[in-house]
Amino acid sequence: MDILYLLIPLSAVLVLGILGVFAWALHGGQFDDLEQHGEQILEASTDSLDTHQRG
Amino acid sequence: MEVNTQTAPSVNYTDGPVRGFALAAVVWGVVGMLVGVIIAALLAFPDLTYGIPWLSYGRLRPLHTNAVIFAFGGCALMATSLHVVQRTCQVPLFLPKLAGFVFWGWQLVIVAAAITLPLGITQGKEYAELEWPIDLLIAVVWVAYAIVFFGTIGMRKVRHIYVANWFFGSFIIAVALLHIVNSAAMPVSLWKSYSAYAGVQDAMVQWWYGHNAVGFFLTAGFLGMMYYYIPKQAERPVYSYRLSIVHFWALIFTYMWAGPHHLHYTALPDWAQSVGMVFSLVLLAPSWGGMINGMMTLSGAWHKLRDDPILKFLIVALSFYGMSTFEGPMMSIKTVNSLSHYTDWGIAHVHSGSLGWVGLISMGSLYYLIPRMFGRKEMYSVPAINLHFWIATLGIVLYIAAMWIAGVMQGLMWRALNADGTLVYTFVESVKATWPFYVVRLIGGLLYLGGMLVMAWNVVMTVRSGRALPSPIPRLALA
Repeated sequence: MDILYLLIPLSAVLVLGILGVFAWALHGGQFDDLEQHGEQILEASTDSLDTHQRG
Repeated sequence: MEVNTQTAPSVNYTDGPVRGFALAAVVWGVVGMLVGVIIAALLAFPDLTYGIPWLSYGRLRPLHTNAVIFAFGGCALMATSLHVVQRTCQVPLFLPKLAGFVFWGWQLVIVAAAITLPLGITQGKEYAELEWPIDLLIAVVWVAYAIVFFGTIGMRKVRHIYVANWFFGSFIIAVALLHIVNSAAMPVSLWKSYSAYAGVQDAMVQWWYGHNAVGFFLTAGFLGMMYYYIPKQAERPVYSYRLSIVHFWALIFTYMWAGPHHLHYTALPDWAQSVGMVFSLVLLAPSWGGMINGMMTLSGAWHKLRDDPILKFLIVALSFYGMSTFEGPMMSIKTVNSLSHYTDWGIAHVHSGSLGWVGLISMGSLYYLIPRMFGRKEMYSVPAINLHFWIATLGIVLYIAAMWIAGVMQGLMWRALNADGTLVYTFVESVKATWPFYVVRLIGGLLYLGGMLVMAWNVVMTVRSGRALPSPIPRLALA
């Protein structure tokens, strides 16, 4: 099962990478004040509507 | 410091690539599903294409899988991820010309697949059949896509990165890693190469790729879609934002270890099979967490489902997601797998996930997105969305019920033993017994394709009666 010499170190590097990204997010304040973020995307839409629509 | 609104130029979102990918998704959806219907017909009526090599089942099947996953699914993901990342970060795309390259490069990959696969040019690896020159093009286009997506996040005016972008981002990174590792090959001529791996080693890499393709391309990516378009369409925030974050991290961690469940009772070492089985069972929890979070977003607004067909698409997609993410772990249990492996139960499972979850969530999201990309509030015909929904759902139910029955029947027939230990049935007897279910499945597929054609009509009418208008980015008040 020689492929494990590739897959296991690759997975370990990946796990380290994931932990790194998580730490970056945590320290960057991504998980602060969570409740309002769900609402934020519902604020006024900016998609232009064509007032001269046909049909 | 205040922005002087009289002299500051208005900046618009970069919606050109979004429009392109959204329309391409509909076109490739029709193509991919049509090829699916052709191969379903071939299984029931093998002489249908007169033995013409480039219309044979063996060559058309990978064209179908590649077209529905990478062409339809891929364009839907690219359209929605580029739409969502801009709207949630309140900036236009990073390097808009590179985004244009991503669009045209991806269409070139699709056309190259459509030409080479029927010609029999294949690496023989499932969902990774395309030969090495196309693999190289995919890698280049994908890196460009990653640069555009992450660059846009890097330029964001909103500090918080909305949860959907985490799902999209992980999908993009995972697919890059999976593609590069699994497609490693030694070319021997322009259209022929040999895998860098062999035997059971290759099988392990292939199904590490294959299951992560399902987990990151077909699940994480589309969950990103779900977490934006359900709240937008329902006009309610995600049920629990906190849960969406926990869901994300738990899901991406667990998915990576599930691959061996494709290799139960093969030459793969027992311990690797057990790891795959256990992590597949654990995966049930984060998957259902996401499903519940999406569905409960409608809490207090369930009445909207009655009259809003787009919400019907989005919510029913989640119920198929829940069903498939329960069925999958069950099928990962070795004893269950000893019956289900190699049977049509696998096909049933794939199609409840793909027609049910991936298809319906994409359709619902595109029905939200496309009119807005052409200056309209809604699609040209809302009743046609409803018609599409019911035809598609009926098609899905016929498809998976037929394949469930066929699959369990095959599994039972193949293991039936006489008192003296000999097999009761020959293989061809199980094929003969499956035939009526192939016909029912074909009907289900025809319905699903029919629904997609209704969508294509509706999209054409919407584009013709709308206009591609610039979308200004809201000016954030700077105190």
